[in-house]
Amino acid sequence: MQSDAKKSPSAPSTKTRFWHDPAKRALVFQILLVLGVFAVLWFIVQNTLHNLESRGITTGFAFLSQEAGFGIIQSLVEYSESSSYGQTFLVGLLNTILVSALGIFFATVLGFIIGVARLSNNWLVAKLASAYVEIFRNIPLLLQIFFWYFAVLRALPSPRQSFQPFDNVFLNVRGLFMPQPMPQQGFELVWWALLIAIAGSVVLARWSKKRQDATGQLFPVYKTALALIIGLPLIVFWLSGSPLTWDEPALRGFNFRGGMTIIPELAALLVALSIYTAAFIAEIVRSGIQAVSKGQTEAASALGLSKAKVLRLVVIPQSVRVIIPPLTSQYLNLIKNSSLATAIGYPDLVSVFAGTTLNQTGQAIEVIFMTMLVYLTLSLLVSAFMNWFNTRMALVER
Amino acid sequence: MKKISLMAASAAMALSFTGLAQAAGTLDSVKERGYVQCGVTTGLPGYSNPDDKGNWTGMDVDVCRAVAAATLGAADKVKYIPLNAKERFTALQSGEIDMLSRVTTWTLTRDGSLGVNFTGVTYYDGQGFLISKKLGVKSALELDGASVCIQAGTTTELNAADYFRENKMTFEPVVFDTSDQTVKGFESGRCDVLTSDQSQLYAMRIKLSNPSNAVVLPEIISKEPLGPLVRQGDDEWFNIVKWSLYAMINAEEMGLTSKNIDKMMTKGNPNIDRFAGKGITSGLGISGDWAYQIVKQVGNYGEAFDRNLGNGSPLKIERGLNALWNKGGLQYAPPMR
Amino acid sequence: MSNLSKVRHDMLPNLPPPASSVGVIGWMRANLFSNITNSVLTLFALYLLYILLTPTISWVFINSDWTGSSRDACTSGGACWVFVANRFDQFMYGFYPEAEIWRINLTFLLLVAQVLWLMLPNLPYKGMVAAVVLLVFPILAYFLLYGGSFGLEVVETHKWGGLSLTLVLAIVGIVAALPFGVLLALGRRSEMPIVKSFCVVYIEFWRGIPLITVLFMASVMLPLFVPEEMNFDKLLRAMIGIVMFQSAYMAEVVRGGLQAIPKGQYEAAQALGLNYWKMMVFVVLPQALKLMIPGIVNTFIALFKDTSLVLIIGLFDLLAIVQAGLTDPKWLGFSVEGYAFVAFVFWVFCFGMSKYSQHLENRFHTGHGSR
Repeated sequence: MQSDAKKSPSAPSTKTRFWHDPAKRALVFQILLVLGVFAVLWFIVQNTLHNLESRGITTGFAFLSQEAGFGIIQSLVEYSESSSYGQTFLVGLLNTILVSALGIFFATVLGFIIGVARLSNNWLVAKLASAYVEIFRNIPLLLQIFFWYFAVLRALPSPRQSFQPFDNVFLNVRGLFMPQPMPQQGFELVWWALLIAIAGSVVLARWSKKRQDATGQLFPVYKTALALIIGLPLIVFWLSGSPLTWDEPALRGFNFRGGMTIIPELAALLVALSIYTAAFIAEIVRSGIQAVSKGQTEAASALGLSKAKVLRLVVIPQSVRVIIPPLTSQYLNLIKNSSLATAIGYPDLVSVFAGTTLNQTGQAIEVIFMTMLVYLTLSLLVSAFMNWFNTRMALVER
Repeated sequence: MKKISLMAASAAMALSFTGLAQAAGTLDSVKERGYVQCGVTTGLPGYSNPDDKGNWTGMDVDVCRAVAAATLGAADKVKYIPLNAKERFTALQSGEIDMLSRVTTWTLTRDGSLGVNFTGVTYYDGQGFLISKKLGVKSALELDGASVCIQAGTTTELNAADYFRENKMTFEPVVFDTSDQTVKGFESGRCDVLTSDQSQLYAMRIKLSNPSNAVVLPEIISKEPLGPLVRQGDDEWFNIVKWSLYAMINAEEMGLTSKNIDKMMTKGNPNIDRFAGKGITSGLGISGDWAYQIVKQVGNYGEAFDRNLGNGSPLKIERGLNALWNKGGLQYAPPMR
Repeated sequence: MSNLSKVRHDMLPNLPPPASSVGVIGWMRANLFSNITNSVLTLFALYLLYILLTPTISWVFINSDWTGSSRDACTSGGACWVFVANRFDQFMYGFYPEAEIWRINLTFLLLVAQVLWLMLPNLPYKGMVAAVVLLVFPILAYFLLYGGSFGLEVVETHKWGGLSLTLVLAIVGIVAALPFGVLLALGRRSEMPIVKSFCVVYIEFWRGIPLITVLFMASVMLPLFVPEEMNFDKLLRAMIGIVMFQSAYMAEVVRGGLQAIPKGQYEAAQALGLNYWKMMVFVVLPQALKLMIPGIVNTFIALFKDTSLVLIIGLFDLLAIVQAGLTDPKWLGFSVEGYAFVAFVFWVFCFGMSKYSQHLENRFHTGHGSR
């Protein structure tokens, strides 16, 4: 190819030769890349079309409106056997989001605790925390999921011998059964009260910051806001005559019916995901805190700040900026790892849609394509949110 | 620019590469390769199960071996590809395997929209329930509200939903990826009943640590004819797989076994001679003594059944529907003439 | 005579510090019981250790059975390691023919020797050995494991399994992803907009989806993407999926390494008149590669753990083969032992590698001022 370019008459010897001009070379290179990518894509599409046709496989998205005909153990929206495959997609998606969101919450809390514990000046606690990290980080997640699922199942009693920690709360091998709140007429007022309390807290925080900037006086914002957010809805609830009943679980036949249930699949997956991810988050938190130079802590102490305030006002705001980017990728990992649900039968997207639906319809390409798209979208949304949070945090810096 | 035309040329080459596609039939590629690629389960006692040396045995495995004996003259020229329920059809569609012999139920939509063809029935099965004895349940109609362990991606999943809906009962489906996990889930008490094809229930029961604690309920809630399948569009191969099974059934009917076939052939019985390929051209495109090779190396249907599922096995399943047609069962093969 | 006998002429040696501030007690006071909160924490931790460790140790070591040939040998009520011992060969080598197992051993011995050579400081010819590991060894390993020439019998990949399959998948995944990763990382830092955006899209796509769907795609869709008569082995398809997936992660590691090289190095190389590729190959990449090793090891650990997912597409890696062994009617009910064994093997590998990578990080940290 090079010799072609050299021979070309359009390159007089006085000017830079075509091949030696970086701009033109870059152009050619990029055109080649585009062509190459298109050729590969075209090759794939052609083959696929041909293969699908010659093997008589149905294509298209019409299957989404067909009746699914199988049951799903946990669904956040209305679902029955007569629902369509499109609805199974939705159910799976919501279940994935549910376990990911809960997992992110618990993993973050646990990870921060373990991370701080690793830096504890209590030798035993620090060692225990690092043993936790080293054990759970180095064992495949899949194995941990199996362990929690079958270990937990083995430890729990059968429905008839349920463990009953409180009235109307039952724990057995089929899950954790709790009464479900059933809002009656008039309960909307409580929601409004909550909304007002949150808005009030925001206003309060703004006002106290202004006052602090102006006068230096502190106002106990957090406590007041907490009291407001919990108190106001409670008062309204009481005033409006407690418009809430409970749907209580009761043992009928084989199982408990009514109430809310946390199925063991969800619990095991959640525990495994949280414990596994927390080990990584702990390391991130530890290195984030260690990245704040000692001078900062000493300077803050010298100013007379209490130990809690040193952490809250000086160390954490600075370390958070170091922590957020790697934390984001852990969150993304957790979302992706939630797809291991399929191994223990938690009805997430991969299990319900890329598993059962794919098998019943045989339309691999459409199903896998949709599944991948969902994970990509979730990843992009989470990264976008965390980036936004990060820039906000970064702005606090002067 | 010449590069572009070069790219175009290579793209054209790629296209022509695709154009070559349909040329070779499955039989030719099997002969060329020297072995049959057969999709089986990842491990189900009695149907297809690897021992600790990696040797596969079972009813489904014997069907694969019969096809290898017919096409290549050697029953051991099979490459077993363990597949789970979810990937079995795509493996066949994509050509990764030549045939699928993996406790697969013959249904209309599978024949119609998956691009596959069932070649026959190796085992007439029906879906049933396995339940712990101490619950004291006598009939499947008492199962309202029960938690049910099911293996994902099977017709069982649909049948169970239909059955409970039909009888105005509710149930909680607990779905597992493999049959082992389903058994484990049942054993741990996660569900009250396990539902699967009845024959598999027996196979699963021996995996329990205390098999006598569980019983199989009498109800059969569906028809589950299990058989081998091939890709659509290759009739030659379809015929070979179909007739390999029929040869086994016919052999049992004629009383030919792997032990006596050599002796029986000397007796001059025209039926047996035809069976062994004398004075008949099968037109299947394989060696004339293909049926002889199947019986000699694999055995007849009854032998295979007994060895893998029946009294010669730990499963001890009755012949039932799978007895020959003249013995009160459903197994019937068209004549070989 | 001055009578100063009551005055000492020499200094007395220092008294030891009070017993409460040195030795075991002092250490304990400083590190375990420095205040009330700490004391409570310590006691709680001790209690936790007690309730966790006593039953575990008794189950694993004291009340366990180690020798025998069937389940009847397990009588003491603790762990039955006889199960693992009896199937150890299978857990390591899968269904690989017994007579050919020396080939696996030889392959991994060769690999270990070369890696040790690279890891131990002060050995010569590191560059050469690295080139052998990356270029010559994979070909050699292919012929050794798969066979088909030099008079070696072909061992079909469906007979591969166990730990050796896990290692093969992880090592192939890393070694084959490295060159793609380098190209993608260079592309991502390139000034050509199309090249750059292509690389960004590629990297973010593969990093955005779970490995399970990649494996599904490789096992279910890949065969539809190629002409009908082209047929990939199942293992090969899994490998293709893993390499495509892994090269995106590798690209990010390489990018990190490239960013750590001070700008002066690029400028100096350009000032010497080196073109882009010469600058990269002779100046930047050699320095960056060294910095990347901890990152590469960490990716390797992640991949090594993730290979356990191939059981979902029906390959018999270590976890899958142990699970298969658990369903043997002769050995029912030993799942805890089986899983504990798998966890232990994975843990030993991952922990060892992560310690090595930390050690490297510390070494580079002090040696190089470039960060």
